[in-house]
Amino acid sequence: MGVKQISIFVENKVGNLAAVAKIISEAGVSLASISLADTKDFGVLRLIVDDAYNAANALRDNDYIFAITPVIAVETDDAPGSLYKILTLFEENNINLEYLYDVSSGKKSNNAVLVFKVDNIDKVEELLKSNGVKLLNQEDI
Amino acid sequence: MGNYFQPEIECASREEIRAIQNERLVKQVKHVYDNVPMYRERMDEMGIKPEDIKSVDDLHKLPFTTKDDLRDQYPYGLLAKPLEECVRIQSTSGTTGRRVVAFYTQHDIDLWDECCARAIVAVGGTKEDVVHVSYGYGLFTGGSGLNGGSHKVGSLTLPMSSGNTDRQIQFMTDLGSTILCCTPSYAAYLAESINERGLRDQIHLKAGIFGAEAWTEEMRHDIEDKLGIKAYDIYGLTEISGPGVSFECEAQTGMHVNEDHFIPEVINPVTGEVLPDGEKGELVFTSISKEAFPLLRYRTRDICILSHEKCPCGRTHVKMTKPLGRSDDMLIVKGVNVFPSQIETVLLNKGYAANYQIIVTRVNNSDNLEVQVEMTPEMFSDNVSDITAKEKELVAALKAMLGIYADVKLVAPKTITRSEGKAVRVIDKRNLYQN
Repeated sequence: MGVKQISIFVENKVGNLAAVAKIISEAGVSLASISLADTKDFGVLRLIVDDAYNAANALRDNDYIFAITPVIAVETDDAPGSLYKILTLFEENNINLEYLYDVSSGKKSNNAVLVFKVDNIDKVEELLKSNGVKLLNQEDI
Repeated sequence: MGNYFQPEIECASREEIRAIQNERLVKQVKHVYDNVPMYRERMDEMGIKPEDIKSVDDLHKLPFTTKDDLRDQYPYGLLAKPLEECVRIQSTSGTTGRRVVAFYTQHDIDLWDECCARAIVAVGGTKEDVVHVSYGYGLFTGGSGLNGGSHKVGSLTLPMSSGNTDRQIQFMTDLGSTILCCTPSYAAYLAESINERGLRDQIHLKAGIFGAEAWTEEMRHDIEDKLGIKAYDIYGLTEISGPGVSFECEAQTGMHVNEDHFIPEVINPVTGEVLPDGEKGELVFTSISKEAFPLLRYRTRDICILSHEKCPCGRTHVKMTKPLGRSDDMLIVKGVNVFPSQIETVLLNKGYAANYQIIVTRVNNSDNLEVQVEMTPEMFSDNVSDITAKEKELVAALKAMLGIYADVKLVAPKTITRSEGKAVRVIDKRNLYQN
């Protein structure tokens, strides 16, 4: 299962994020989440969108370097300890978490939505499911 | 009148210099023809026998030697003496990753040291002096050349090598260094550091010999003011021997070529035609007294002007201007030769596109080399640390190839400037060449 995340290479220059936003919006694609990991010179912009296929085509047409990566999205109670519970599961099962971020406006939920990037996505999904964690699909976000 | 290390040669009449050159050239051409297959083949092809070269007037009949020849003949092809008679190698970076290795017999080292001794004495050096050598030691010729010259003069030599500014300044103040030898950018950096620490009145420098990279008159004045010294230029290249092929005298109006060892010519870089005094062209050297690695008509790619005008210092050897540019794309960064093709080789080996741009700047008199590389899908990852790990790997590979640190900057595809379809590979913002 999993959710498709689009990661885009952007240089740290004025107007570069706006340019990406423009391309996405002109493709008629709606953003569900946006997160930016950056260094001194460049950043990796991570998007979850409603139509990854169209977004990818639009980015390719505009010479962007990007990758589509499967990630796990989960819905948790917006309450103390819910992230801790998941991270403890990862730790006990020796799962290497590459990065995570939260999606503040889960469309169909009032709970918190968290996105995780892990190595063995199928195994981790099984683990979360069997521990009662709710996994989301692309359209749930 | 100035100070000379070997006045009988440095101030010899033009006729005497000519006689020395004629005799040595004739002998050298025979030596090279007998011992270096490449030269024998080329001269045979051109129908020239060693006997055809009777004096310097016949020099133009000889074939040129290029950097490509050095690469093709690496490592032993141009060696003119049995290896067991050689005592040293020095080396410099070459194109496409192959280095230039030059061999020296003890005789070659001695004449090189003498050339450097002439340069030291010309700036006022005597055995009373403390010569502080902050050129790099090792394969680079800077350190060992001035070190050897200082020994010949009989000065106390401080083999500092480059780097470790604190220690440099400490030795300078504690041991009373009087003559500083290093690259001009390092001299400027040391001057800055000394002034920042308020130690200007505790140093005893009177002169500096600065070479291995291009520098401007403004930089000379800046260093002279900050250190309270006279700053002199020195020129050389590993292929011909090292620093001391030519050096500046107190007149500071060009560098006297040590003509008893190296015959200079200036040629039109396109046609190869020899140009008269006062005309700008590519500088070419023939080593007439070296034994192990004697090059005939070596094309330096440096653009210069020669002048036989009488010099007030009393020396009679021809003067050359500072290099006014290059006839190839070589850059000198932090005193190190850098060819864009070396950077390209590293990028291709590491799986990058050969789409790059080299930006050289000089900030606070210190060179900075930045290599901008266009991002590729293969390089990219959604994980920033994967990208920075690859970036670091590239920095390390560039360091291994070039010998100096280059700052890598990843940029978006198709953002590197292209002019008329041809990518601009090098942007040198230093404005080193004044003419």
